[in-house]
Amino acid sequence: MSAQDRRKKRLDRSIKVRSEGLYSLSSWREMAYLLAPRLILIGGLLLMPLVLDLYWQKVLCAAGIFAVLALGFDFLAAYVGLVCLGGAMFIGFGGYAAGLLNAYFALPPVLTIPLAAVIGACLSTVVLMPCLRLRGVYFAIVTFMLPLFTTHIIIALGLFGSTEGITGLDILPNQFWEQYVIVIGVLALLFGLRRLVNEDLGLIMMGIKDNDQAVLASGISIFRYRVLAVFIAALIGCFAGAYQAHLYGWLGLSLFAMDFSILPIAATVMGGMGTLSGPVVGALILTPLSEALRGFGQLRVVLYCFILLLFILYKPEGLMNYLERKYHQFERWEKV
Amino acid sequence: METVLIYGLINSVTFVLMSIGFSLVYGVSRVPNFAHGSIYVLVGFLTWSCVNDFKINYGLAVLISLAVASVVGLALYRLVLIRLRGMPTSEIIASFACGLIILEGLRLQGIGGFKGFIGPNYFLSPIFDGKIQVLGVFVDYQRLIVVGAGVVLVAAMWLFTHYTKIGLSLRAIAQDEQAALMLGINSDRAAMISLAIGSALAGLAAVIILPLGNITVEVGYHVLIYALAVCIIGGLGSWTGTVLASFLVGFAVKVSTFFFGALWESVVLVGTIILVLLLKPSGLLGKQKELEERV
Repeated sequence: MSAQDRRKKRLDRSIKVRSEGLYSLSSWREMAYLLAPRLILIGGLLLMPLVLDLYWQKVLCAAGIFAVLALGFDFLAAYVGLVCLGGAMFIGFGGYAAGLLNAYFALPPVLTIPLAAVIGACLSTVVLMPCLRLRGVYFAIVTFMLPLFTTHIIIALGLFGSTEGITGLDILPNQFWEQYVIVIGVLALLFGLRRLVNEDLGLIMMGIKDNDQAVLASGISIFRYRVLAVFIAALIGCFAGAYQAHLYGWLGLSLFAMDFSILPIAATVMGGMGTLSGPVVGALILTPLSEALRGFGQLRVVLYCFILLLFILYKPEGLMNYLERKYHQFERWEKV
Repeated sequence: METVLIYGLINSVTFVLMSIGFSLVYGVSRVPNFAHGSIYVLVGFLTWSCVNDFKINYGLAVLISLAVASVVGLALYRLVLIRLRGMPTSEIIASFACGLIILEGLRLQGIGGFKGFIGPNYFLSPIFDGKIQVLGVFVDYQRLIVVGAGVVLVAAMWLFTHYTKIGLSLRAIAQDEQAALMLGINSDRAAMISLAIGSALAGLAAVIILPLGNITVEVGYHVLIYALAVCIIGGLGSWTGTVLASFLVGFAVKVSTFFFGALWESVVLVGTIILVLLLKPSGLLGKQKELEERV
């Protein structure tokens, strides 16, 4: 049969339809259908620290950092329409804020991580505010430039230990703290953000992305909501940065490295933009992959970019959308 | 004082050379070409490689690398960006990824006997060595060539976009894509040509500017952020704005390094960008709107 004579027909599975209403609560099978994907992710993430060996536990921490960043990127790109090419800036600001609070004021990590998240987020928001009045590529360009310029400035003015950074920061008490802080952080952010985008706030933000004139005509300030969205994303990114500073007990210019900008984007595109769970899954796949390739040095960035390009060209919906479709629907070829 | 004046001028023309290709591409195809810096460095290394590995004479090497640059630009549009037209998020991410592939790919080691361009050993030799005194300041010939080439290039671009058919069609697409389409101008072809020319311009800038220093992969990032900074200050997509902003930035940087020291360069750049964005969000001559216009 040639391609013209047939088409793919997609139908919802009956269990999906049955489990849509409140009555799904009355059947174990339908509840399992609804809960299984969520529980696999939550349970898997919570159990992982218990079963992995020491080396892969470290990888899990790194994957968590990238997952958090990817969540922030996805939120900004898919729900507010701002493409942020500078995740490294959030990591850098958060990491430096946490490290400096710890090194100069001797605050414990319990205080520095939340404080640094807020301070870093305020700083990033203020720096990015001038380009939020414009739509289009300005935001992408400015976020791309800022981490690079920030490293220049830190080197040029010899701030905060200049090229060597500051070592000997407090690290988190033990292995389990290290992992559960980030794992619970990822889960809380995932479900928190999903909740947020379904509230009125999320509706306004999607409105700003899709039709800003309609939002403006409703008497809502676009600028203020964009600032709010950038603040939320920066808060998320700076939390990851602060955590990273205390994870390795060290801060330095590599907090502004390109890895932190490109991997979250690759993870988001791979996992599926706008799904929020996709970026987490993407980060959990890509980070171990890059660990396996650690010996090859720069090959990692090239590899992320290739994965990114392939997904954006040939599978733009991403893994999570694809799997969701397979889970909810069955497909068959049909004669036209 | 004369030093500031002359080196400010040289600096400004350098910025013009670095950013004019980016500005052209954005103006015509509305794609921010994040591969701009990578093509710049690629041409540098390619020329070096042609001259030192394959012993081709300098002029020919430059021509070959420029040809490769425009083919890369062409391929970038034809193979990647054309599938993503109208999806700004994907366009930005894809061109960013392509740029990083080229840039970080140059650093790869050990694949097919490729050694990777790492370290400070790569530099192009200037065409004429020596210095000359201008207004009591010593300037080497290469910097004079930079200024000369910059002036010639801007003049050539102006003539090209005002008097040739292709140039006029590029301007038409930049001004009003739909009207241009109705007059039979193929917008995909125009965008493809603009990317090829833009890449060639980046390459040309590379062979003119690179003899002043050595070639490293980091140069790619620097050139890209300088080009972006200049284009943002001048207003994205405005060619006059780009030239104007180059002079503003070039002199601002030179004056500040003269009075405060060379370290303040990036501080001044970031300061200028933020100041311009605050005072006039769309740049000096930009026409970027705050809202998308809808019919």
